[in-house]
Amino acid sequence: MLLLAFDTATPAVTAAIGESGADGSFTPRASASSVDARRHGELLSPTIRSLTEEAGVALADLGAIAVGVGPGPYTGLRVGLATAHALADALGIACHGVTTLDALAFATKRNGPFVAMTDARRKEVFWARYDDHLTRVGEVAVERPADLDTGGLPLVGDGARMYADVFGEAASAPEPVYPDAAAMAELALYRLHRGEALPEPTPLYLRRPDAVVPGAPKKVRQWVR
Amino acid sequence: MSDHDLPLILGIETSCDETGVGLVRGCELLGESVASSVEQHVRFGGVVPEVASRAHLEAMTPTVRRALDSAGVKLSDVDAIAVTAGPGLAGALLVGVSAAKAYAMALDKPLYGVNHLVGHVAVDQLEHGPLPKPAIALLVSGGHTSLLLVNDLATDVVSLGDTVDDAAGEAYDKVARLLDLPYPGGPPIDKAAQRGDAKSIRFPRGKWGDGTYDFSFSGLKTAVARHVEDADRRGEPLVVADIAAAFQDSVVDVLTRKAVDACVEHGVSTLVISGGVAANSALRTLAEQRCREAGITLRVPRPRLCTDNGAMIAALGAEVVAAGLPPSTLDLATDTSLPVESPLAG
Repeated sequence: MLLLAFDTATPAVTAAIGESGADGSFTPRASASSVDARRHGELLSPTIRSLTEEAGVALADLGAIAVGVGPGPYTGLRVGLATAHALADALGIACHGVTTLDALAFATKRNGPFVAMTDARRKEVFWARYDDHLTRVGEVAVERPADLDTGGLPLVGDGARMYADVFGEAASAPEPVYPDAAAMAELALYRLHRGEALPEPTPLYLRRPDAVVPGAPKKVRQWVR
Repeated sequence: MSDHDLPLILGIETSCDETGVGLVRGCELLGESVASSVEQHVRFGGVVPEVASRAHLEAMTPTVRRALDSAGVKLSDVDAIAVTAGPGLAGALLVGVSAAKAYAMALDKPLYGVNHLVGHVAVDQLEHGPLPKPAIALLVSGGHTSLLLVNDLATDVVSLGDTVDDAAGEAYDKVARLLDLPYPGGPPIDKAAQRGDAKSIRFPRGKWGDGTYDFSFSGLKTAVARHVEDADRRGEPLVVADIAAAFQDSVVDVLTRKAVDACVEHGVSTLVISGGVAANSALRTLAEQRCREAGITLRVPRPRLCTDNGAMIAALGAEVVAAGLPPSTLDLATDTSLPVESPLAG
């Protein structure tokens, strides 16, 4: 089966296309990543098209899509999800979600515990703890770096790199900094092969929209009362 | 060529709080569907961009499916995709544009990023047939108040004037809050005004007779606020019906006067009024009267087509395709302030 994976939950736009094996493996045929936090909407579709050309396949040949569900800054995150939903709808194929931090953690290949974190903007990070590259401990969360108890574990991801001054030595080797779609595809197939459920392809926002219920209208006559 | 031979255009609209999808051939509307997040914005007294964007993502593909069903066509029948590239809310636009690109790629059909404002004018063709060239269009909604000279929907739209501050619909929303009426403010003010005396209070008419086709409604809103506060200070009860009627009278007087003046100055015999505020009964009544007196044909689409929808984007897409304009590329960017002079973005 031909699988397309992509993620737009970090400043990176990453996409990969490849074959799934009977053993749950992933053989990439083309992949590409670029970093530009403000142009996800412009970059993703051209990247997908160039990958299909490079791999010599048509979108109609796809058997499934895997998409990063975040957490991640919302506007960019939605570019990936809206694209995935529409592609899956038009092609009549399955669309699986993958938690972006899990894909980032998977790519570390680490066998010991660590913390993965990405930039959440507003001086916060999205983060989660892992026992190893396949095993998350607890839920993903959003927090200010200074309030976060990392237990002295090594840190990976662009959140760690951004706040290296807060985290010190633990953030000295934050690579990989961004998720990689080939690793995301590999993780998705590994889980599916083992009969494990993948998340729905719906966004992990972790914060409510910023909106305030308005008070009484402002007085226009300042001297009243 | 009959409409049946014309390309089938799928239009996608997500510039504000309505997720709209429409299917159009030429001037024929085959089907459409709208999912609105307005209920989620009511308690905030206005559209919250992040709330709207979240709702668009949830509604996008289900709305496409409902529109296809209502038109009785299959996705594979679609010949081209048109999508609102701007103007509008950045995060909201991006959901529609991302989905449109994906549909265009998956179907291997051309993509056209088009202008929301021009779409509001183009939609009238679905109701009243091809628009005479040229025409004047008055676009009034919660986000826009524009007077346009439309020489050609796809290639030649000229902005004659715009609001310099609040949009007309925005003024309705703000005045509704002052009067303790619900959001959105247009329908409750229109309803209250029917029992009121428009002549009982004289509110200012912004930019009246200033020789431009621009509008201003923030001074009017402040005048209503002063009136309300003064009555409050004197311990007098508010006569909501009279205030609503006088406010509405000021708004529609300036709108229709300038629209008719523009027709006369440019020797144009057709006026189109569109956008959410075009559903307002006082605006329709006064526009009909003034157009009749000036010998101008007035065209107002039915309310369902006046508010944001996908059919308007498909209607403009059909014009753009018919004009032979080049499709947008997959790196099409959204443009929150896309000028009305650009019916096709990029």
